[in-house]
Order: sequence, then structure tokens, then C-alpha cells
Amino acid sequence: MPAMNLVQAIQSALDFKLGDDERVLVFGEDVGLEGGVFRVTQGLQEKYGERRVFDTPLAESVIVGAGLGMAVAGLRPVLEIQFCGFIYPAMNQLVTHVSRMRNRSRGAFTVPLVIRLPYGGGIQALELHSESMEAMLAHIPGLKVVIPSTPYDAKGLLISAIESEDPVLFMEPKKVYRAFRQEVPAEAYRIPLGKASVVQSGTRLTLVAYGAMMRVARQAVELAAQEGLSVELIDLRSIYPLDTETLLESVKKTGRLAVLHEGPTSFGVAAEIIARVNEEALYWLEAPPRRITGFDTVMPLPMGEQHYMPTPERVLYELIQLHNQAE
Amino acid sequence: MLTSYDPLKGKRLQILAESGRIVNRKHLPEWTDEALVEAYRLMLRARVADEKALLFQRQKRIHTLPVNKGQEAAAVGSALALEPADWMVQSYRELGAVLQKGGTIRNHLLYFKGSEWGSVHPGLPRLLPLSVPIGSQITHAAGIGHAIRYQGGSEVVICYFGDGGTSQGDFHEGLNWAAVFKCPVIFFCMNNQYAISLNRRHQTASATLAQKAVAYGMPGIQVDGNDLLAVHAATRAAAEHVRSGQGPVLIEAYTYRMGPHTTADDPSLYRPKEEEEEWAPRDPLLRLRLHLESRGLWDSAREDESRAAATAETDAAMREVDELHETPLDEIFAHQYSDRPAELRRQQAAYEAYLQWKEAR
Repeated sequence: MPAMNLVQAIQSALDFKLGDDERVLVFGEDVGLEGGVFRVTQGLQEKYGERRVFDTPLAESVIVGAGLGMAVAGLRPVLEIQFCGFIYPAMNQLVTHVSRMRNRSRGAFTVPLVIRLPYGGGIQALELHSESMEAMLAHIPGLKVVIPSTPYDAKGLLISAIESEDPVLFMEPKKVYRAFRQEVPAEAYRIPLGKASVVQSGTRLTLVAYGAMMRVARQAVELAAQEGLSVELIDLRSIYPLDTETLLESVKKTGRLAVLHEGPTSFGVAAEIIARVNEEALYWLEAPPRRITGFDTVMPLPMGEQHYMPTPERVLYELIQLHNQAE
Repeated sequence: MLTSYDPLKGKRLQILAESGRIVNRKHLPEWTDEALVEAYRLMLRARVADEKALLFQRQKRIHTLPVNKGQEAAAVGSALALEPADWMVQSYRELGAVLQKGGTIRNHLLYFKGSEWGSVHPGLPRLLPLSVPIGSQITHAAGIGHAIRYQGGSEVVICYFGDGGTSQGDFHEGLNWAAVFKCPVIFFCMNNQYAISLNRRHQTASATLAQKAVAYGMPGIQVDGNDLLAVHAATRAAAEHVRSGQGPVLIEAYTYRMGPHTTADDPSLYRPKEEEEEWAPRDPLLRLRLHLESRGLWDSAREDESRAAATAETDAAMREVDELHETPLDEIFAHQYSDRPAELRRQQAAYEAYLQWKEAR
């Protein structure tokens, strides 16, 4: 089994779908000739030609809007918005058309498109190149939001996303792109959207994370183990649909919940998870749940981002607080 | 023809003058008398449906809706230049085009009564639902055109939007994309002189909207939008150009919104009565009727008969829609996603429990 990093695993999924389905087109800013600023699509234009894999004008709204047009006309566009911080010009298309088309046409028109969206901080990038706005996107009815944390999951989830009948925001943790390799099957496989994964089972606390924060979470869980704390770690994988069932099962076992993400605290993914746990499993909780997240500030520039991005030590601190609370 | 009416030189294509006289034989569409009469009937049908819809809104049988009056020639003339297999991307003021495509007055009324089903005209998979956010649908037309080209199809897309729509970023992005990729799209701008209250002269400093095509590297032409023949001839030429793989075309139909923006609007707040009076004799129906009558193809009896038929059709459609009431709860949840996520099922069940509680109380 080949060892792949996240970039290679995503590319492997795109390669498979381009070869497997003529309706699949891959496009965006710089994705063709150059292979994308992160080289995720490198070599695909050469292999599949300029009709299938192409560069677009520098205009996010029409990249998404034209994607919708192609999708209603029977294609399966897989488009790239270069950075999460560049999605804003396309928000009108996402909110007023892409997410609504199926419902407002009562299923007569559907939008099976995938938007690949590199997101997240910790890479000392320029302003607006480090955002983590998944909560904003997951708030829009009609969209699915998927965030892999490993090469293996990325390939299986992306193939499922491209085969989904619904529009999917496939958010790629930039910090993980080349961070590590993992054995990834060369052939195609699928991981269902909307299913979280219990990465490590534990007994005392539940820690929920996703995307780039999964690496931080894993390190924190190791540190916690050294302190004698048994933490159950869940990788969400899908932000919407959210796998409430897996979360509840874990919390009912451990009685303590912490949610970790990069994006701002208020109205975020952690808030939603905690609300759901409160609704369905409040009486199993032995301590108030905790949010370990970025702040309600703009993403700081590189000299400040170490404060904003949760670190394993900060997560450990929060886990210890959570554990010691109301014992 | 697309090149002989240079918008930068202030040219505007007109074939049928206000008097009903043909003033331009060179570009006269080859239409049989029957086809011309049919086109007039369709315009009249759209006019009647529009007038009656306004009345129905006043009777509170439907809600706020946009008013089409004055734009029937632009809508019908352009739609008649296309094939059934072609795509139509609507704004929301092209009732005549939608009817020509095979859409129904019933669905028009149903949508504005408040049902999503009104958006979906049965058997018309290439008529997109109307688009509320201004100009945003322009990018969809580019994408559909892109798909057609990719699939090697010979269909074209017509995309309607207004003068206000040309100020949107999506106008720029959509036209630019379509031109870069030579997408088979006719961008059809209904310049009705107003975006709600804003007069066209405040919308852009460009002398014409058609001339914006020049910057995108596509032909642009301004036509008298109240002249069925000019609209039709230009759209036909555009369709040929576009279908032959030469890329998109921009048409500006110079027309006038004779009514309010919507039933909730009061034009007396922002435009002088004299202006409306000035446009009244340019009414697209009036001009075509004069022409048909001068050729012995039309008379008062036929006018009354057609008007009565359209009235009866609209009344019957309204009565049918009157019978439709609340959207079933399940429908609200059924179409948001292809598979109903567990969270949606939970929300639905919780609301149903409330309904049962209310029922039992």
C-alpha cells in the first residue's frame, strides 16, 4: 500500500473520479497548468486535458455560479477556492443558489458539486490565508461540510463527496497537507459523509476535534495519558451532517466533553455540539462542557497566531480543568 | 447584423416603428402571417395574465409579485428565436418568455401565492426557476453554456436580467467567463429604465448597456425592446452566432417598465407622469396590433376574442391555485438534501410532537 500525504491522497481521489466519470471537471484559480498553489491538482491537466482540468478567471463568484450551472446541466464540478478566506465573494452564490436549488425546485434541479477549500492557520500565511470558517458554512441549510484530518480519510471522503447528490464543501487542513504520510490504498474506497470516527477510546473524558486540530488533539491525549487521564478522542470528519449519535454515545460513557477547533468560539461548531449534548445527554454530564477554540477576533497575523491556535498544552490544560471540575 | 449596429456609435435596431410601419426591411424576420399573429397572441396572453395577477394580489389571493407590463415584446420576441431544447435562465420579469417556453400561468400564480412548486414548470427541465438575487443567475448561464460546450451539444442558453443587473459583479464575472470559454450564451438585458426607483442614467455612466460587450470581447447590440420584430431578429442572429461556437452575445432590449416594480411599489414617488405618458404610445402590443390591423391580420373582434380566452385561462388558473393551501410539513424537510440527515428528522419529529400536542389540547 503506498504511503501518501494529504495532498497526494486528495489528488489520488481526484485522479480516480476524473478517470471514472466523464462528468467530473476540476477547475479553479491556478489549478490547471500550475497544479494549484498547493500542487494538489498537479499533473491532472496533463493527464486529462484542458477540457477536464482547467484554470479559470480570477473570480470566485462565477467559479461557484458556473459550477452550479454545470451541475444542473448534468456535470459533476469539483472546484477549488484557493483559500477559505477567499470564499466570501462566492457567498452569495452559496447561500442564495447552491444551497437552495434542490429545495426551491422541489428536487427538479440539483447541485452535485464539490468545493475544495484549503483552510486553517498555523502556517505563517498572509492575511486572510488562515481562516477556519466552517461554522459559517455549516450554518447554511443545504450544504454539507466535510473536513478530513488524515490522508486515508481524505481520499475516501472526497470520493463520497464527488458522488454525493448534494453540494459539499470539502475543507482541507493546509497545515496537514504535507505534515505526514499514511498508508492509503491505491484503489478507490468510500467513507460515508456524516460519520464521525472514534480514533481512540477512553473512559474519563471525550475530546472532539477535526481537521488540523486532530494532530493537536492526539498530542494532547498523549500528554493527558501521562497525567493519568483516559481521553476518548473523536474525529468529526463531517461538520454537517453532524454525527450526533457517536458523540452522545461517547459522552454517556465518559460524562465529560471538550470540543476543540480553530474557528471563533461564539456560534461555532463546539457551541452546536455542546447544545446537542445538552439536549440529549445533559444528565450524563458530570461537569460543564468546555470549548477549546480560537477567539472571537480576526485571525491574527503570523506573529500572533500562536496565541490564537490551540496547542497541545492548552488542550491539556483545559482537559485537566474539565477533569477536576465537580469531581 | 450583430456588427452593423455598433452600440458605441449609438445604433439601435428598430424594424417596426410606433406607427406600426416596417421601417427596416433588411432585417425583417421571415415570419409567416400565422406566426406573427401567434406571437401577438402570446404577448397579449402574457399582458392579460400580468394584469390579472396584479388584480389577484389586490384581492389578496396571491402575494407581492413583479409586474411585466411593457416588456412583452422583449420577452416573447427573444424566446421565439430559440429551440425547445435550448436553456432559459430567468430573472423574474419575463413572463412572456416563460409562457413561450411552455410554462404555465397556473405555476406563475402558484409561486407568488407562496409555493415552491410554482418554480417548477412541469416537463421543462431546461427552464431554471426564477432568480431573486439580482444578476446572480448570469453566472449560472455561463456554467450551463460551459457544460453544453463540454458535452458537445448544440443547444444555447438565454439568460435574462435587467439594467440593474449589469451593475452587479456577477454580470462582469459571468460575461467574462462565457467569453473566455466561448460558452453558447445569449445574455439578454431587459433595460426597462428602472431598478425599482433608480433610473437607468444613474445605474451606469455607459451610454448604452450593449457597449459593455465590447470590453468582454463579444458582440453587443441594442434593440428597440418594444419592437417584437427587432428583438426577434437580433436574438435570432445572436442564436446563430452563439450556436456556431463563436461565443456569447449581449443584447440590450431598450424597453420600459410601464407598471410598478412589484405590487408593493409606487412609481409616482420617483418618476414623472409625463414620462409614463411619453412611453404609453410605444406600448409593444399597440404597435404590433397596428401593424397586424394594417395588413388585415387582426381586428377588434379577434382582439376581444383573444383577450377573453387569456382572461378565462388566467381566471381558471387562479381558481385552481385558490384551492391549494398549506404546504405539507414533510415537503419542507424532504427536499433540502438528497438524503434526509438525522438532525432534520429529529427537528421534524419534534415539531410533529408539538402539532400532536396542539391537536389533542
